[in-house]
Amino acid sequence: MTDISPNTDSEWAIETDGLTRRFSDFVAVDKLDLRIPPKTIYGFLGPNGCGKSTSMRLITGLLTPSEGSVKVLGMNIPDQAEQLRRRLGYMTQKFSLYEDLTVQENLRFMAQIYNLDKHQSKHLIEQQLSRYQLNERKQRLAGALSGGQRQRLALAAATLHQPELLILDEPTSAVDPENRRDFWEKLFDLCDAGTSILVSTHYMDEAERCHGIAIMEAGVKRADGPPAQLMRDLGASVVEVDGENLRLLKQQLSELPEIVSTAQQGTHLRVLIKEEIADPETWLRTAHPELVAQRQIHKVRPSLEDVFVHCTGGENGGARQ
Amino acid sequence: MKGLSRSLQRIGAIVFKELRQLTRDRPTFGMIVMVPLIQLLLFGFAINTNVRDLPVGVVDLSHTQVARNLIADLQATQVVSFEETYQTPTLAEDAIRRGHVHAVLVIPEDFGQRLQDNRPIAQWLIDGSDTMVSNALLALQQMPFASGFETQTAARKNTFEIALFFNPERRSAVNIVPGLVAIVLTMTMVMFTSAALVRERERGNLELLITTPVHSSEIMIGKIVPYIFVGLIQMAIILGLGHLIFDVPINGRLDQLVLGVFAFISASLTLGLLISTIAKTQLQAMQLTVFLLIPSILLSGFMFPYEGMPDAAQWIAEALPATHFIRMVRAIVLRGATLDDLWPDLLWLIGFTILGVLAAATRFKKRLD
Repeated sequence: MTDISPNTDSEWAIETDGLTRRFSDFVAVDKLDLRIPPKTIYGFLGPNGCGKSTSMRLITGLLTPSEGSVKVLGMNIPDQAEQLRRRLGYMTQKFSLYEDLTVQENLRFMAQIYNLDKHQSKHLIEQQLSRYQLNERKQRLAGALSGGQRQRLALAAATLHQPELLILDEPTSAVDPENRRDFWEKLFDLCDAGTSILVSTHYMDEAERCHGIAIMEAGVKRADGPPAQLMRDLGASVVEVDGENLRLLKQQLSELPEIVSTAQQGTHLRVLIKEEIADPETWLRTAHPELVAQRQIHKVRPSLEDVFVHCTGGENGGARQ
Repeated sequence: MKGLSRSLQRIGAIVFKELRQLTRDRPTFGMIVMVPLIQLLLFGFAINTNVRDLPVGVVDLSHTQVARNLIADLQATQVVSFEETYQTPTLAEDAIRRGHVHAVLVIPEDFGQRLQDNRPIAQWLIDGSDTMVSNALLALQQMPFASGFETQTAARKNTFEIALFFNPERRSAVNIVPGLVAIVLTMTMVMFTSAALVRERERGNLELLITTPVHSSEIMIGKIVPYIFVGLIQMAIILGLGHLIFDVPINGRLDQLVLGVFAFISASLTLGLLISTIAKTQLQAMQLTVFLLIPSILLSGFMFPYEGMPDAAQWIAEALPATHFIRMVRAIVLRGATLDDLWPDLLWLIGFTILGVLAAATRFKKRLD
């Protein structure tokens, strides 16, 4: 994992302090403090409605904070939101280019909106078409593209003006796994070229790819840091228990105060046990022999999902999408 | 039987779902009540095919008490209302062309002699472009008039001579076709712009656009400009075909016409933009357009003379761009007027456009909150 501390020559790409947004009496984002270093991929992980999109809209200046401050690329948002627009690429959750324009027309339109000069934009569009494998489909209407192709077009359009910061709101929610992998490769290429990327997701595997993540739930940041560190510092141990009647076992284990959560994964049960229990296997065997008799118990490495379940206090991995 | 009751249950499910959705779509629900209500009030109160108090002028060359009696008698019919006095028939004709009055009564110098001779005693100069107006005035042609000094009972056939200007054959197409430009443009211009912006919002295009450097007034202007050309094409089709098929004269100057239409198109597009900042779906935009279209057809003078309507209806009519444009387009096309004659209407359209764009740009913020 890359070191998440900022480079010496640059400040934070995104910095928020006590960022809060209320919609009448509903608090969508609650006292969010973020320090996102430049040239990294930073992820917002959380279930739908946890405040990911609202946070992104606050960061881009589309929404005004109720309280707190936002600084993006050194600019105060929302006051300097107009200046930020030229240096920002934004990809909405829903495909938001024009379905009744062709791939090429969409890119030309975006080039003109960003006032790219004619010669330069012709070159840039060519480059984007080949980089995102859209060359053969450049005359195709955007509405006729597949999910993966649309996603590539949206990314090509969002990065056409070579923004320093790219914000992606659940970019892969309508894309198959192969295209998702592809998409992430492109993000790493962009990051390598110096772009700071903020991405929201509810997929654990995507969150695990980020340099740093913030786990959000109900508008509150529950944890943040590099995924590896979060997994290492998980305040619980994880064991897998197998055998028969896992549904019943799950129910019985869930009632024990020492158990954080349980989730069935095929033929075994994944059990999160509080940190205080030094040796979970022995503890299970001695404290509750009737439950685990004739069952195999393995201690395993915590996954990001375990981290997520642990810090959102979610029961039985229910937040998994 | 079982099949039937199951089918009824399914139909019932759809019926209740539909009703539930309808009550949640507030604007649509409002239209259900407002459309019949407004239509009823408009048709019941505002529309009056019996024309009353038409503004007319007089040129009195006889300067006699009898002539003043004649004017008083005419005023008493309540068909006309004498509002202007002109020195010469030429000035009077000019006032008709400008649209200040619908008709002028010319009382000749030999008025007294004509009374004695059983000849028509005076002449009406009438703007014939609106047949409903001219019909009302023509009905006065045989109005009996006695000065009280006659030696014998009057047996003249016609009290007045009539000169019908601009539409001597009294064909209604002459009046309808130019007015139709206003109605068609109101319908298409308002609908196109309002739907165009709402569509971008519905499809999510707007969420992308507002994160780019594009300014909200730039979005507004960019959305309006293409439809100006659409509007000019529509005007050319209506007036061109009207001229070819219905023989509608085009007496005015083309540059004046295009300028006038341009002002009206801008005002209508602005109205569309305003609607787009209110409507959330394309259906709502469409409904609001229809809501506006009804008074534009009924109150603007397109179908019924403006003068026949009660004051309240006239105030509403004055607020509609279509009313001002119908006045302008008829004056230019039929009576050969120029925009100098029509500056109050032109000014109103320009003012409406400017205020409308400002209001729309304010309402449409590049923010989501």
